[in-house]
Amino acid sequence: MVSRLELLESSPYFSGLSSAELEEINRLVFEKRYDRDEIIITEEEKAEALYFVASGVVKVFKTSADGKEQILAIIRPEETFNEAPVFNGGMNPASAQAMVPVVVYGIKRGDMEAILRTKPRVALNIIRVIAKRLRHLVSLVEELSFKRVISRVAKILLDYAGDGVASGTRLTQRDMAAMAGTAREVVGRSLKTLAENGAIRIDRHRIIITDRDSLREIAEQSF
Amino acid sequence: MITPQIDRDKCDGCGLCIIVCWHHCLVLTDDGVVAIVEGADCDWCTQCEAVCVTEAITCPFEIVLG
Repeated sequence: MVSRLELLESSPYFSGLSSAELEEINRLVFEKRYDRDEIIITEEEKAEALYFVASGVVKVFKTSADGKEQILAIIRPEETFNEAPVFNGGMNPASAQAMVPVVVYGIKRGDMEAILRTKPRVALNIIRVIAKRLRHLVSLVEELSFKRVISRVAKILLDYAGDGVASGTRLTQRDMAAMAGTAREVVGRSLKTLAENGAIRIDRHRIIITDRDSLREIAEQSF
Repeated sequence: MITPQIDRDKCDGCGLCIIVCWHHCLVLTDDGVVAIVEGADCDWCTQCEAVCVTEAITCPFEIVLG
């Protein structure tokens, strides 16, 4: 697990800051630990802090009135969540839950505002991070609106594949369904079809991407 | 051996996963929760996960480039 100072140094939020400035920010950081499945923040509760994932994986999601879950993002180590309400006020727009045991570092909303006032470079960095997050959400809207479920599943596999050295994020079919905005059973059928097409091979608990080009082609197909 | 994950706190001991498991990998323990006894026989069909109402049992996939 990365130390607090290492995490701050590697975060796009604080790139370009001096060691003294990072040390100053480090004094404002608090640490919290969560067990697997534990809720970190809840949708529509007052936003208290911005979080950096130090270790583990966090899912950010919204839940419909009938209990259906839509995953908005999977946050890996060194990435952040809960930016929007920290900067524009209001409630948490989504909930966040630990997918495995998780350690997060947080900076309280008031402390973050103080950092922004005294360190304009951080404000510029944050605009870049939020713009990247906005691009991701626009891409998600596009996928949910225009793409077939099998294309969405293909894209999830491409996005979450390990590079062959480090292992990728482990996802259940239920996780994939929540990300693709569909039912678990539909994900199961999509995986079977992708395997029949030769794009992937399912080897017990591993989904092996055997034909990356074919999978990418399927991922890019629209209605 | 990687096996399906069971959250003992969530398991209500309904036994549905035991019924659907083709390979008889699961049993109900004396304390009323499910446990894996034959992990090597599990072929990751994920039926146990599919039937679990409380989401106590999960079968996560590792996604890798071939």
